[in-house]
Amino acid sequence: MSVAHAPAPLDDTDRAIINALQGEFPLCENPYAVAAEALGLSEAELLARLQRMLADKVLTRFGPMFQIERMGGAFCLAALAAPEQRYDEVVEQVNAFDAVAHNYRREHALNMWFVLATEQPEGIAAAADAIEAATGLTVRRFPKQREYFVEMRLKA
Amino acid sequence: MSDARVDDIERRLIVATQRGLPLVPRPYHAIADELGISAEEVMRRLGDMLARGVIRRIGAVPNHYAIGYTANGMSVWDIADESIHAVGERIGALPAVTHCYQRPRALPDWPYNLFAMVHGHSRDEVLREVEALAALIEREFPGACRGHEVLFSSRILKKTGLRIAA
Repeated sequence: MSVAHAPAPLDDTDRAIINALQGEFPLCENPYAVAAEALGLSEAELLARLQRMLADKVLTRFGPMFQIERMGGAFCLAALAAPEQRYDEVVEQVNAFDAVAHNYRREHALNMWFVLATEQPEGIAAAADAIEAATGLTVRRFPKQREYFVEMRLKA
Repeated sequence: MSDARVDDIERRLIVATQRGLPLVPRPYHAIADELGISAEEVMRRLGDMLARGVIRRIGAVPNHYAIGYTANGMSVWDIADESIHAVGERIGALPAVTHCYQRPRALPDWPYNLFAMVHGHSRDEVLREVEALAALIEREFPGACRGHEVLFSSRILKKTGLRIAA
C-alpha cells in the first residue's frame, strides 16, 4: 500500500531535469527536443531519463496539472479518525473511491487525511457521505475558503 | 466562471492527458491522433487552458519523498478572524510553505483555520521552519495566533491526482 520511498539515487542530470521541467513545458511539435536542448541533452536521453524516473516513482507524473475548480469541479480536504486495529481496512475502503485523489496517514487523533476531487461541486458531499457509509466513521470536511499564493516548486 | 468551463474536446483532452503526456518525440501529435483532431488544435487548446488556469502548469510532478523531502508537516493555526488574510498572504509567500489555505474551524476540538504545508528533509527541519513561522506571526501580528500544531505525514496512502471518467 505504501508508496513512500527512500530517496532514489539521482544524479546531477536527473536533478537538473526535475528542477527545469516543473512547468513551462513547450507547446510545439518536438517539445522534448526543445527542453532537452536547453538542458544540454539529446532528446533520446531526456525521454529515457523521464521514463526511468516515472518507472522509479521519482516523478509521480509528467504532463498537465489541472485545477478542477476551474473546470466547474471541486476539491475538499477531509479527515477521519480510523481505529488503529482496522486502519488498513479503512485505507482500502477510502482509497476505493475514485473521488479520493490523495490520502495521507498523519500522526494525530484525526489520523487519515485525504483530498476529495469531483467534477461537480455537489459530488463532494456525496463522496464524503458514501465514505461514511462504507467505513462507519465520521468524515470531517475542511473545504478551502481561500487559497493564498505559494510558489509550488521544490528543488531536487 | 462560465467561460472557464471546459467543452467536450477539452474534456477529452483532459482524459487523454491526466495520466501524463506520451513520452514520444511528438506527444501532441500522438494525442491528436488518439482524439481525431489536429496537433495544432491540441497545442492551441492546451495553451488556452493554461491561460485560463484550467491547467496550472505542464511538466514534471516530483514525488517529494524521492527527491529528498522525506518530512511533510501540515501546520495548522488558530488565527484571529480579522488577521487571517494578512497572515495567510504573509506565510504563503515564504519558500518553506508549499500550500496555504484558509479552512473552516470545526469547534470544539478543531480550532484551526489556517493550513500551511511545510516540506523538509527531516522532521527537525520542518519543526524549525514551523517555529520560525510562529515567531514571524507573533512579531508581525502580535496576539493573532492562539495556537498551532504540526501533523506529520507518516505514509502516503494514495496519490493519483485528479481522475475524471472518460
